[in-house]
Amino acid sequence: MTLELVLFFILAVIAVTTAVGLLTSRSTIYAALHLVTNFVTVAIFYLLLDAPFIALAQVTVYAGAIMVLFLFVIMLLGIENIAGELEWKGLIWPVVMAVILLAEGIFLVVQRIGKNIYVESAGTELSNASTMAKYLFTDYLLPFEITSILLLVAMVGAIVLSKHEKPAKRGLEKTR
Amino acid sequence: MLFSETTSSGQFFGLVPWIVFAPIIGLLINIFAPYLVRWLNQTFKTELVWSETATGLVASLAAGATFVIATLQLISLGQHHEGAIIPVAEWIHVGPLALDWNFRVDSLSTTMMLVVSGVGTLIHIYAIGYMHEDVRFKNDVGRYNRFFVFLNLFIAAMMILVSGDSYLMLFVGWEGVGLASFLLIGFWYDMDTLGRPSWANSNAAKKAFITNRVGDFGFLIAGFLIFSYMGSFQFDTVFAAAPELAHAHPEILLLITVFMLIGVAGKSAQIPLYVWLPDAMAGPTPVSALIHAATMVTAGVYLVTRSAPIFSLSHDAQYIVATVGAVTALFAATIAVGQYDIKKVLAYSTISQLGFMVAAVGMGAYVAGMFHLVTHAFFKALLFLSAGSVILGLERGHHHLAHGHHADHAEVFDPGDMRNMGGLRKQMPVTFWVYMIGTLALAGIFPFAGFWSKDEILLDASRHFPHVYWILTAAAFLTAFYMGRQVWMVFFGEARHEAAAHAQESPLIVTIPLMILAALSALGGFMNLPFAGFHNFAHWLEHTLGEIEVLGLDFAVAGISTLLALVASAFSWFLYLRKPLTSGQPDPLKKPLGLLFVGMENKWFIDEAYQHFILNAYANLSKFLAQTIDWDFWHEWFHNSVIAKNFVGLTRFLADPVDLGVVDNLSKVLADWVQETSQTLREMQTGYVRHYALSVLVGVVAILGYLLLVSR
Amino acid sequence: MIPVTYYIIFSAVLFSLGTLGVLIRRNSLVIFMSIELMLNAANLSFVAFSRIHESFSGQIFVFFIMAVAAAEVAVGLALIVTIYRSRHTIDIDGMSSLKG
Repeated sequence: MTLELVLFFILAVIAVTTAVGLLTSRSTIYAALHLVTNFVTVAIFYLLLDAPFIALAQVTVYAGAIMVLFLFVIMLLGIENIAGELEWKGLIWPVVMAVILLAEGIFLVVQRIGKNIYVESAGTELSNASTMAKYLFTDYLLPFEITSILLLVAMVGAIVLSKHEKPAKRGLEKTR
Repeated sequence: MLFSETTSSGQFFGLVPWIVFAPIIGLLINIFAPYLVRWLNQTFKTELVWSETATGLVASLAAGATFVIATLQLISLGQHHEGAIIPVAEWIHVGPLALDWNFRVDSLSTTMMLVVSGVGTLIHIYAIGYMHEDVRFKNDVGRYNRFFVFLNLFIAAMMILVSGDSYLMLFVGWEGVGLASFLLIGFWYDMDTLGRPSWANSNAAKKAFITNRVGDFGFLIAGFLIFSYMGSFQFDTVFAAAPELAHAHPEILLLITVFMLIGVAGKSAQIPLYVWLPDAMAGPTPVSALIHAATMVTAGVYLVTRSAPIFSLSHDAQYIVATVGAVTALFAATIAVGQYDIKKVLAYSTISQLGFMVAAVGMGAYVAGMFHLVTHAFFKALLFLSAGSVILGLERGHHHLAHGHHADHAEVFDPGDMRNMGGLRKQMPVTFWVYMIGTLALAGIFPFAGFWSKDEILLDASRHFPHVYWILTAAAFLTAFYMGRQVWMVFFGEARHEAAAHAQESPLIVTIPLMILAALSALGGFMNLPFAGFHNFAHWLEHTLGEIEVLGLDFAVAGISTLLALVASAFSWFLYLRKPLTSGQPDPLKKPLGLLFVGMENKWFIDEAYQHFILNAYANLSKFLAQTIDWDFWHEWFHNSVIAKNFVGLTRFLADPVDLGVVDNLSKVLADWVQETSQTLREMQTGYVRHYALSVLVGVVAILGYLLLVSR
Repeated sequence: MIPVTYYIIFSAVLFSLGTLGVLIRRNSLVIFMSIELMLNAANLSFVAFSRIHESFSGQIFVFFIMAVAAAEVAVGLALIVTIYRSRHTIDIDGMSSLKG
């Protein structure tokens, strides 16, 4: 039981707790806060796995940008909870299926990969942000550029979808 | 291109394409000028008129231009005997066939050009006056312009025929003149020759055209044979290849000449295809003179002369052609004796004279044939035009009577019937004198043109084909006889009809061309005098035909023919003028000849025989094919009974038991099942997103489980 | 040292919880958050596999997934906003017009 392993379990417990909190919280705001905590925990796992760039991106993009977007929407719509949402009827099948899925997943991992695989940290070479940049701008240049187009499309799509339609005014314009 | 590389003295060769273009330009002007004038009048409020004079002038100038060009070719040929080939355009280039639109100028084609353009121009001028009256007698002034358009079209086509450098180009002209002939015979298409409403004239036109198609078929077959065995249509190439073919396949060469003879028989009215020519007299008289006497019908003679290198190679071919020509000459002459219509006599005379020419070129006496062609063009055009003048004179007389006495118009008056004439020499002196000259030339009286040319043919025949000589001599005797009969009946004696008594002389525009032609008929023989040192025409044609055997005057042959002509004339005088005919009197020949004369009178019933044995048989065959084979067998039985009935039965079977019974029920069962199943399945569509997501999850779990259990 | 297997098992747990969230919640915003959780779980296993195979490609993929997730969230939230405007609810059981 090394210090690392202790840390891992503490973090794992936090992560699972927050995930369950997400599932069970009546308030949407609490659900969002549970998720933020979960994201930060996962970011620490990334650091443990020698992926500092991903860890920081996780914090910035997920915990930062995406969750702020969620909170904005919650505030915008003013939705806190939905009455009678968390009743225990009709939950049997989803839970059973999810448990089977989990069991299958664990079985698969154990069977195919093995129970205890230790991989030494490859050092800074493999965890460097500059290495990431090198890959992105050489081997993965085309997908990288396509990603920018995807983001642009998403942006435009979001604007179009959330634009307030004003049928009355448009009608006036036409008659004029 | 038109002024291609010729030396200074041969410079006129380049002009030869204009011999075709000039009449085409003329006819285009005459087609479009009336529309232009009408447009001008409507647009600018002018009062212009595209008069008959303008029409005639344009057409005659176009014809005159061709004569000028032909004369220029003559001048150039005087220095360059070898002639020239003037290319104008590429025509057909397919595989080994390379055929260009080339004009050929040599002494033979130039001779034809001169005859066609010279006689043609005179007839154009004559027609200005003739048609002016004709359209008025027939009450349709609007057709005046059309006549000259057709006439120019004929000149253009005839020029293509005589100046082409290949058999195919010759054939284009050959068909072109056939078309012009058809259009002009049927010129008064909605009446008969006496102006009564009828389709007689258009039937005559159709008869001419269709009979010519039979001949054209022969020409075409000959052309195909030439191309397949000698590989070209071009004259020089074909002639160069002919001796080899004569050596290797003499039967093919004979076949070519025989099929070509069928073409000649169609166009030049030889036995058995001559029947169209007498009917062709339905056309206006200038047409009869130009197309059906002087030029177009001689195309066959020209074709044989042009193909001389082929015909000369086969003695059998020469024998056949000469015999056909000679028999035609005699046969047509016998019919001419029994005719009453002034133009019909001349028509059969034309067939007879064409027989002389064909016999001549068949014997290899190409110079004699061409010589007779030229002189015949002069005197037969003269005779036809004079006959037209006579007809016009009688029509004027009849017109005069009708106005003077308000005579009964219901009586049909035939101005061409010689039984209505008589004594016209006093009323129409000019016409009488030129007609006499034409008659003497045709009868072969010294020293008129016909004497020289006919004697040359007879002389050649006596040397090479004695049987032809005897037949032709008999024909010559009959020629003199029927011409004498005609002259006595028309110009001498007493008038047998009031119209003849009041006939009037034609105007100068009609008589001047007659006088010119009369001069040519009288003097035309001097271009080929059969004395040593002369033979000008023969030496002229030698440039094209190669070495020619020239014969001097044989006093025996010339003496016999002249004597026979004089005897025939005297005999006809004895029959027709010793006791002048009176009105309604039957022909004096009728009693002594009996049945023979009935045959002559009725053209030996050849038309009826053709009608009975060929046309009716053909019609019966068509009727049989149409009624029995096509309708009864094919439609009634095969289509209706076999195909339609079985098909209906099959479709009924397919429709009722198969379609309604099997297919429909099958699909109905299927549809019911689908409906029930879908009724059950739609319950599954709850509309809740969660349920769909759950189904996805179930799928994922199942697939994962499968991977774990089955595929390791 | 922590065995990499642990990470992967942990990511499977997170994934299952995310799945459960999608299935049991009716609040569409929370469902959306659960989907994000699932994506995160997938990312975690990518990084873990990257470690096992000593290859950088796993991390690159995580980078792209993040970009796609950002786009997805933008569009998805815009959709939720639009739906809310027309139906005045974000309860997905209210959106059952596909019922057969």
